[in-house]
Amino acid sequence: MAHYRLQAPLTDEDISQLQAGDTVTLDGIIFGVRDANLIRLFDKGVELPDDLIPQLDGAIALHTAPGVKKLEDGTYEKVSVGTTTSYRMDRFTRGLMDTYGVRVIIGKGGLLEEGCQALVDEKGCYFTILGGSAALETTQVEEIEDVWWEDLMPEAIWKFRVKDFGPLIVSIDSHGGNKYQEVKNEARKNLDEIINNL
Amino acid sequence: MSTPAKNLEVWHADDSFYKHVEEACKTLYIESLKDLPPDVRTALEKAYENEELESGKEILETLIKTVSTADDEKLLICQDTGIPVYFVKIGNQVRLDGLRLEEAVRKGTERATLEHPLRSSIVNTLSRKNHGTSTGNQVPVMHYEFVPGNEVELLIVPKGSGSENMSYMTMLTPAAGIEGIKKYVLECVFESGANPCPPTIVGIGIGGSADKCAALAKKAAAREVASPNPDPEVRKLEEELYEKINEIGIGAHGLGGSTTALAVQIEAADTHMTMNPVAVNMMCWPARRMRAVFDSNEAPAITY
Repeated sequence: MAHYRLQAPLTDEDISQLQAGDTVTLDGIIFGVRDANLIRLFDKGVELPDDLIPQLDGAIALHTAPGVKKLEDGTYEKVSVGTTTSYRMDRFTRGLMDTYGVRVIIGKGGLLEEGCQALVDEKGCYFTILGGSAALETTQVEEIEDVWWEDLMPEAIWKFRVKDFGPLIVSIDSHGGNKYQEVKNEARKNLDEIINNL
Repeated sequence: MSTPAKNLEVWHADDSFYKHVEEACKTLYIESLKDLPPDVRTALEKAYENEELESGKEILETLIKTVSTADDEKLLICQDTGIPVYFVKIGNQVRLDGLRLEEAVRKGTERATLEHPLRSSIVNTLSRKNHGTSTGNQVPVMHYEFVPGNEVELLIVPKGSGSENMSYMTMLTPAAGIEGIKKYVLECVFESGANPCPPTIVGIGIGGSADKCAALAKKAAAREVASPNPDPEVRKLEEELYEKINEIGIGAHGLGGSTTALAVQIEAADTHMTMNPVAVNMMCWPARRMRAVFDSNEAPAITY
């Protein structure tokens, strides 16, 4: 297991070298997405704002809805930026990747089968950031650079500039390696044995 | 059965009481999101000491670092401000207006959200519209209990959705017995995997009716870590399930190891002869809670 320091957006080589179990520290731009904005985009068919679409090509998406404070000039100051559970947004993974070019999802808890398959097909990967650790994550967000669909507050689409972002765990890699699945397979065996001995 | 308190002065809540309740609820909501109770900190440190898997140990180290970062920088531990749940205990020597109490709780919660500001996580269930106040129809969620004594206690549990979405309830048969209860709880913890942000406090309700059982599970999850149930039979079940849950191997954040639960806590009620209800409600590792205790119309004591 190796540790990588990477600059977003990532190159094909960056992604391809990562193996499940590796860790990453990230600098650069990441985009915050989650339930309400992805439902609007994919289920209600509302197209993304024009200026956002090209920025998502090759981008890293974070499953989040931050706590923020709106300043008088209309910009936002961070209050608490943390990560939400990913399975709820699983079925939007493929669309984000093949329609908009997103390459990496950062979330917590992992993806379901459909999302994992999309990662393999689109040669992307999934980084785990530790849930509940927003205090740490917030200190690694340098600035909220932009926001779209503010009417969905706090479930708008956010553009963050991050520095020393992590520790991120490569829990699902672009080759089908999946730490969560490995742990669950082992845990299933343990559980069956525990239940047999009750 | 509890005996009503004796030799205690009955006191009547006046205007200043409701004002203090509002102020206290503002403080409780904000501070509970920033300051993890000492028993949870101790449990995390103990888990760190005991974890043998290197990657699991590193995860626990990051969680502990998160808590100290929140302390140092006065930040929220987790961005999820949760659904505000209150457990209210009202002493039988206190006379108060329940509607005014609820209104003060709601106002304090709203003020915390607008004045700090905090992320409002509360939406209309059908329209999904966010009210921006952390309050709404029947939110905060209120639980009341009447106890002997002359105190009013407000315990806030800002319940994160990662763990709340991993809630379970079933009506087992009497023939499934205690073994059925154990099996069900173990399967729930396994199925939840990484989602509730383990290591969790696993709250379990047994008995009652379906609604009572679900409420007991939440009450159990909101208990202090290392506060075993006084009933020896229930306590035995807590100890056995704690051991077995940590043998499953889900581990901190579902990435393996022996730290799946910080504690297993059970609340039990009696039930119908044909029923064997069991509910599971987990508290994520930042098991946030804070309480205000009033014994007069003066400002309350704030504790964990």
